[in-house]
Amino acid sequence: MTLLSFFNYWVVIILMMVGFYCVIARGNMVKKIMGLNLFQTSVFILFVSAGKIVGGSTPILRDGVEVYSNPLPHVIVLTAIVVGVAITAVGLALAVRIQEAYGTIEDDHLRDDFDEEDD
Amino acid sequence: MNLLALMPFIVLIPLIASGVVALLPGRTLPWVATLLAALASAVIAALVLPEAIGQGPMSYPFGNWPPPIGIEYRVDAANAFVALLVAGMAAITLLWAPKSVAAEIEGRHGTFYALFLLALAGLLGITLTGDAFNVFVFLEISSLATYALIAYGQDRRALLAAFRYLIMGTVGATFLLIGIAFLYMVTGTLNMADLAERLPELRDNNAVRAALAFIIVGMGLKLALLPLHLWLPNAYAYAPNFVTAFLAGTATKVALYVMLRFVFTVFAPDYSFVVLPLSTVLMVLAVAGMFAGSWVAMFQIHLKRMLAYSSVAQVGYMVLGVSLATLTGLTAAFLHLFNHALIKTALFMAIGCVMYRTGSAKLDDLRGLGREMPWTLTAFALAGLSIIGVPTTAGFISKWYLVLASVEVGAWWLVALIVITSLMAVYYIWRVIEAAWFSPRPQGAVAVQEAPLALLLPTWLVVGLNFYFGLDTRLTVGASTAAAEALLGAGVALP
Repeated sequence: MTLLSFFNYWVVIILMMVGFYCVIARGNMVKKIMGLNLFQTSVFILFVSAGKIVGGSTPILRDGVEVYSNPLPHVIVLTAIVVGVAITAVGLALAVRIQEAYGTIEDDHLRDDFDEEDD
Repeated sequence: MNLLALMPFIVLIPLIASGVVALLPGRTLPWVATLLAALASAVIAALVLPEAIGQGPMSYPFGNWPPPIGIEYRVDAANAFVALLVAGMAAITLLWAPKSVAAEIEGRHGTFYALFLLALAGLLGITLTGDAFNVFVFLEISSLATYALIAYGQDRRALLAAFRYLIMGTVGATFLLIGIAFLYMVTGTLNMADLAERLPELRDNNAVRAALAFIIVGMGLKLALLPLHLWLPNAYAYAPNFVTAFLAGTATKVALYVMLRFVFTVFAPDYSFVVLPLSTVLMVLAVAGMFAGSWVAMFQIHLKRMLAYSSVAQVGYMVLGVSLATLTGLTAAFLHLFNHALIKTALFMAIGCVMYRTGSAKLDDLRGLGREMPWTLTAFALAGLSIIGVPTTAGFISKWYLVLASVEVGAWWLVALIVITSLMAVYYIWRVIEAAWFSPRPQGAVAVQEAPLALLLPTWLVVGLNFYFGLDTRLTVGASTAAAEALLGAGVALP
């Protein structure tokens, strides 16, 4: 069945939308960052899916292996994971600083202060 | 000397220097090292540009792995021009930096300048690379450094601005990554030249269409194209003045370059402007940006935010040139990309001088300041003429070419719109001049001195460049035309 044979892409889409919704709808900054992580993870799965060959082995050089997965997407995803970790770290560091400066990391409480024209 | 072997050092010098600068003690030493690194990059970029225009694309394969297996830096007239702009603006803003940074940032400056160099290396890397995934990596390097730089702002709202930029910037970059993933899935390559060869066979593939859409939305976010511009005003308003001046001249420009590179080189224009109604979409958003940006700028009382909204409008002019999809239109986009960097940097530098003395960028606090800081506010007024587009300024040249491009496709109504938005610019610049020169100094205001020469001289240097490039257009128009030709290839027939 074609609908099921694409289940990895369905997972990607669902994760992506859950993450994206979380980024948009949640006021808490830590939750926003979690949503962002989920959003990025879905893209990683998209990449890894692209490299998978049905019946293929891991891309390690050894005897008797003719068909193996494409290793390039794995390498790309490794790099992208590092980028994602760095973004999470910077985002959380900013959240800590915001907590120190304002005493809250809830966007709803901060909006009034932020969108005012001046002090 | 082999220029090709030297070319990657445009990116490598700031990248390596950032590690060194982070360890340097004190304040002067890190600044000197940073300035030297930026100057070295700018000099190499200046050497590469005539070569790239004269000899055609230069390709440097990393680790001697020939592309498409290895990653290559591929430099033609378009990215050599943008690289020269970015490295040059970095060097010029750095000349202005030390006093302003010393006033705003406490303690040692090693880490601050290291972050600046990382942002610079990222921006230059995006410009030079010929590999689609490499673009994403460099984009994130520069973005992460930029978020941290914005968070250095004195006002605590800088933290919120940085956080929101982080969220929106990451979503934009991830959109770009999704687009690249689709491209990789259907073509099996990440090299841009290789992608350009393989994509024409896949014209009817839905994944390719989705890839183009994702990349345009992603870069639209980084570019601050109208409905996606929300991060920009606050990020520019609350960042340290030096960071604002640098970002205003470079960050959105590089994002526009990436969009152009994908739209024109990777998906040839006869694909991207035909499969998607890209021309219409970009034109509507550009015009909306020109109007909304200028309109909101007219009512801002925080001058840095006013200039930031004006940037949204100016991005509109650039994208308008792109949306015409003609050689003249693209030339106008590149011209405005270059000229607007000069204009906006000069304006932000002048406001930075005011903030250095008064600590405020509010319109009310500027009243009567024209007599106390005449040099600073004259510089602001002259750069203001350039953003309005008065003849003999750089701003006039790019608007003139934009008008030429509009007339060429018979869109006279666009000419009218350009004139109307320029008049809106007259209004928001005039408000500042009126407050500074024609209003009395408020009672009880503290006496203010003229800004120090260390800030004034670089400001006037950029103002001078605005007039120089308004009169001598050989470099800008020549390089912009070459850049547009490099992107459009040998004359593509467009609908």
